[in-house]
Amino acid sequence: MTEYVLRFFVGGLVVSFFAMLGDMLRPKSFAGLFSAAPSVALATLALTIHKSGRAFAAEEARTMLLGSLAFLLYCILVSFVLRRFRPSSLVATFALLPVWFAISIGSWMVFSGRW
Amino acid sequence: MVSAKLSALKESRPHEYFMRFAFGGAATVLAGFIATHFGPGPGGLFLAFPAIFPATATLIEAHEKRRMAEIGHDGTNRGRMAASIDAAGAALGCIGLAGFAIVLWLLLPAHNALLAIAAALAVWIVVSIALWKLRKSRLFGLSRRQ
Repeated sequence: MTEYVLRFFVGGLVVSFFAMLGDMLRPKSFAGLFSAAPSVALATLALTIHKSGRAFAAEEARTMLLGSLAFLLYCILVSFVLRRFRPSSLVATFALLPVWFAISIGSWMVFSGRW
Repeated sequence: MVSAKLSALKESRPHEYFMRFAFGGAATVLAGFIATHFGPGPGGLFLAFPAIFPATATLIEAHEKRRMAEIGHDGTNRGRMAASIDAAGAALGCIGLAGFAIVLWLLLPAHNALLAIAAALAVWIVVSIALWKLRKSRLFGLSRRQ
């Protein structure tokens, strides 16, 4: 339980730090780079290495690659939908989240031979 | 030209900072929970979960709308376009994020963890900024000539 509380606070702090950087920077397209900062990875890596070792963390990094490619496609899709159809950002970003889940979990299943 | 405006931090309200803190914390807990219960494979996917992105895009739209409302205009479309531009920037950042993951994957098993994390962070920032500059200059230059 203590570990999860620690993760919550460290994760919240690191994510908030990158979000504030994004708030301050101009132009917006440059600030957008920080929306895809490795904040969750940075927050969790030290704990993972300490608890499960470097090999476990390296294995996580391998599939993080698939997660980041899914994130890339998700961002392209959100940008296109917002520009083309102009829904609210809240609707577009949440309605398209299943795309991230489908691509990341689907590609992991394919590459790990589970599918 | 890239610039940083400290005063931009005043645009966000306390509950907006709290929301992003909570989203970030929850995503980090989720990544840890999945890695512990389902192994490093599925856990790793969630290290690249768009944890903060929906909240950031929503806040960008809200701030733009608020700014335009102050001068008596409807900023709905402008806010959504600003969020779209942020998403396009985030897409470039994702390529940097993939570089971060590759460096960690290759360096972590045989090198000092701190060194591997520092190298991965350097690759993320260099790749992201290089792609952004390329997109700003070369690609936009080509589209103007066409």
